[in-house]
Amino acid sequence: MEQTNFQLKKQDAQSHEWDVRLHRATRATREDWLGRGISYLCIGVIILVVASMLWFITSKGIATFTQNHVSLWKFLSGTNWAPDQGNIGALPMIVGSFAVTFAAAIVATPFAVGTAIFMTEISPNKGRKVLQPVIELLVGIPSVVYGFIGLAVVVPFMRHLVGGSGFGIISATFVLFVMVLPTITTMTVDSLRAVPRHYKEASLALGATRWQTVSRVILRSATPGILTAVIFGMARAFGEALAVQMVIGNAAIMPKNLISPASTLTSQLTTGIGDTIDGTLPNNALWSLALILLLMSLFFNALVRFIAKRGQLKNGR
Amino acid sequence: MGAKRTDFIATVIINLIVAAVVGILIFLLAYILIAGLPHVSWSFLTGTTDAFSGAGGIGVQLFNSFYLLVLTMLISIPISLGAGIYLAEYAKDNWRTSLIRSAIEVLSSLPSVVVGLFGFLLFVVKFKIGFSVISGAIALTFFNLPLLTRNIEESLSAVPRNQREAGLSLGLSKWKTEIGIILPVALPGIVTGIVLSAGRVFGEAAALIYTAGQSAPVTNFADWNPMDAASPLNPFRPAETLAVHIWKVNTEGLASNASQLSAAASAVLIIAVLLFNLGARVLGNFLYRRVTASK
Repeated sequence: MEQTNFQLKKQDAQSHEWDVRLHRATRATREDWLGRGISYLCIGVIILVVASMLWFITSKGIATFTQNHVSLWKFLSGTNWAPDQGNIGALPMIVGSFAVTFAAAIVATPFAVGTAIFMTEISPNKGRKVLQPVIELLVGIPSVVYGFIGLAVVVPFMRHLVGGSGFGIISATFVLFVMVLPTITTMTVDSLRAVPRHYKEASLALGATRWQTVSRVILRSATPGILTAVIFGMARAFGEALAVQMVIGNAAIMPKNLISPASTLTSQLTTGIGDTIDGTLPNNALWSLALILLLMSLFFNALVRFIAKRGQLKNGR
Repeated sequence: MGAKRTDFIATVIINLIVAAVVGILIFLLAYILIAGLPHVSWSFLTGTTDAFSGAGGIGVQLFNSFYLLVLTMLISIPISLGAGIYLAEYAKDNWRTSLIRSAIEVLSSLPSVVVGLFGFLLFVVKFKIGFSVISGAIALTFFNLPLLTRNIEESLSAVPRNQREAGLSLGLSKWKTEIGIILPVALPGIVTGIVLSAGRVFGEAAALIYTAGQSAPVTNFADWNPMDAASPLNPFRPAETLAVHIWKVNTEGLASNASQLSAAASAVLIIAVLLFNLGARVLGNFLYRRVTASK
């Protein structure tokens, strides 16, 4: 009796041990937990960075309105920027930023689309061998070098051509045009390549010339993609700081024409933020400019998404 | 005949546009190299800068640029590798993943000056570290992370599914499969992306002006102890990089030969970036051949 009891107990213990072993995670599972943990941690760091960036800049940017009690409307519509005297009208910078952005996009788009058509439709071979490296090199040139060339070449040229100092919106447009050109071109090439081949074949089979095919079929069906490309270019132009700051003249006054010194949000930020004291109105006002930059960047992002969605719907139908 | 004529005219215009674009690039490169290279000499590359006027050599700046680049890569490669693996392997197709993706997209589309200002706010104002190498490196990491993450994710996702299935069917964990099988195959693409992003980081200035600072204190290149204040490796000293130097000389420099100085510095910067681009291509091809054993 006692012996059987003992045996039973032993059996029990054994099965219990097996139970534990079978339910214990294997090495592979534990490895997987570790890997999962590491990769979750890394993505968490990125999310944390984005969240804190949005939070810090927003809370700093709205201090002008919550602590210094400047009215939002006065900030956005005022034309007098003299933070030391308490005048913080940001309109000159806002107008400056939008002016250079739109001007650069308007000049760059025909060049970018033309280059993209050449690369995809006219001579794909030369496109790959010559233009692809050209575009990559243009992307690779750092923005300070663009700024330096603007300062050394474009500004004297404009001074010579139209008089005045040579600094101004038009010089900034020239520099930004070259800077956004590769962005718009690359993305336009992608969207032209994504046009189904049979569209082109059908059009050519109907007897359309190459230009008719390109302008009425290929460009038409690639329009959402090209729009996205232009918006990406505009986002880059809007946020570009140093190259613009070097050639625009940095005068915080309403731009009356294209050839007099003006300033943009980014140029005002780069020149000003080091000279102001944390927590004062001039400093807060600059952070409000940074907030506008941030919001515009989010807006461009949303716009791209919106167009992508619209484009999808059209193709799905 | 109208249609054919329009076709001809359009072709001519497009060819002119392309010629203009190529011409712009040739002009840019030729201008920088012709204006800059004659002033590049050994003493320029290794000399020190006069702190007041900004004249003189760029030795310290050149070292700072490379040091910042190495630190930035040391921080950002592991994080983006982990994040890339998460997106390629673990992320499910749901709202949380799409939120994460949009967060990364937002980070990549933020102007670099905003990223720099955030770094300034966090490290210089809040943590009181001051203008330092480490602040600059972390700001550059913020700027670098989204691009690197996307590049790594794309390279990993491009690896054929059956390689993954082979690993899993051998009883390897997902993690082991990813590290041991998928990562080596994706390596050429990842390395190309890393070297290209190194070129971008090397030329970045807007994010550094208020994080790594605009002064390059002369350092003692015989002292390699990172804890010493005068050591070039000390991560808490301000470090003006080459790109920031070009900006500074042009905007506030008092040097009489500012234009020559910045042309020479630009030439050095451009050559470095070109080498990075070329290196990315060569290294990528080389690794591709090694990994795939194809000629």
